[in-house]
Amino acid sequence: MSQVLAPILPVLAAIGLMLANGVVLIYMLRKVLGHLHLRLGPVHVGPKGVVQTTADVLKLLSKEDVKPNGVDRWMYVLAPVIVFVPSLMAYAALPFSETLRITRLDTGLLYTFAVLSVVPLGVIMAGWSSANKYALIGALRAAAQQVAYEVPLLLSVLPVVMIVGSMDLAEIVAFQTGVWLGVVPRWFVVLLIPSFVIFMIAALCELNQTPFDMSEAESELVSGFATEYSSMKFGLIFLSEFSNSFVISALAVTLFFGGWTLPFVPDSVLAPIAPVVFVLKTYIGIFVFMWIRGTLPRVRIDHLMNLGWKWLIPISLAWLMLVGVVVKLVAPGGVA
Amino acid sequence: MASDYVVLGTFVLVGVVFVMVTVTLSNLLSHQRPSFEKGRIYECGVEPIGPPWVQFRIGYYVYALLFVVFDIETVFLYPWAVVFGRMGPFILVEMAVFVGILVLGLLYAWKEGALTWR
Repeated sequence: MSQVLAPILPVLAAIGLMLANGVVLIYMLRKVLGHLHLRLGPVHVGPKGVVQTTADVLKLLSKEDVKPNGVDRWMYVLAPVIVFVPSLMAYAALPFSETLRITRLDTGLLYTFAVLSVVPLGVIMAGWSSANKYALIGALRAAAQQVAYEVPLLLSVLPVVMIVGSMDLAEIVAFQTGVWLGVVPRWFVVLLIPSFVIFMIAALCELNQTPFDMSEAESELVSGFATEYSSMKFGLIFLSEFSNSFVISALAVTLFFGGWTLPFVPDSVLAPIAPVVFVLKTYIGIFVFMWIRGTLPRVRIDHLMNLGWKWLIPISLAWLMLVGVVVKLVAPGGVA
Repeated sequence: MASDYVVLGTFVLVGVVFVMVTVTLSNLLSHQRPSFEKGRIYECGVEPIGPPWVQFRIGYYVYALLFVVFDIETVFLYPWAVVFGRMGPFILVEMAVFVGILVLGLLYAWKEGALTWR
């Protein structure tokens, strides 16, 4: 019995975390955007509207599942699965603390990027099968932009891997413990600011977040690729979208902000609260995403493609070369 | 190590089951009353004109091809980055050759106008 349960329990934990993230993040998004717009956001359901999203989820669950005429039946039903499952799998390698993680993969970083890159496939399937021109345009825009920014996203992380010499996310965090000169945390954001900036821009684009949200530009495409989806299928697509922003932010924290560690805090104090530190840092990252979303207008698609292909890729390649040369000059025999 | 991949396999299975269960549950809980008008494709209330699967601009296809090339080259860079610290300075030359070919390809695509959104 325990033989069978052992692999299932972590997956159930991941699903629980994903649902909790979805509920909290939607409430947080509405509150943050509301206050950025000088509104209040949700206030009616529960104190300060905290149970608003829970009520919304229950409402979605009890909504009629409208089946549009003329859709590509199989693809239409399969698309939410292809969108949802990879974003669930992305939790598998995240290191919440030294001991708390679902699996320890040597290739954790590459694995997380790999599963996240399956999501656009589901998006294209959803848009194509919907038999709706808005959905089709939205899906192709999403594909084009996620494809354009996948390359700089992967390239921007390479310097971190070069310096640490491992793709294991826990080792990357362990490398960043301690301080330089007694004051500066040994975080990669200090050492590799260009990498971090490229990572952030590319991550916003991968998440279809404003200023790069052409794929579901409400004012022109209704709801983009998800226009024809209703009820729980719609709910699952959006759950995975919110969950992806958690995963990307968690990756940013792991790679550039020292993961579960804090500078100046001894290990004995840190050990019990490490997962809390990790989640808090991640939520700060998500707050920054929301802040950007509430501040910047949408960019035009040709500007977006030019930024990706003509600026970010050459810059990240040049930066990669520079880091390589500097690392070999400073530490010819290896860093660690 | 093998057990890690068992967990990943479980992720796929449980994920698929979770989607099926929630969608079925929602179908059981909700009141289904389909009608032709309700199932009409939503294009802001206007009658859809022509087939939904319209011909699409070729630009997307060119970008997709470029992406396949660059993404695969990037994946090749990862194992190189892992061993970077442990190898001698010659690894820099190897990288320069590889990245150089990558940049040449990018410049060629740029010159041919593949990176211009029309």
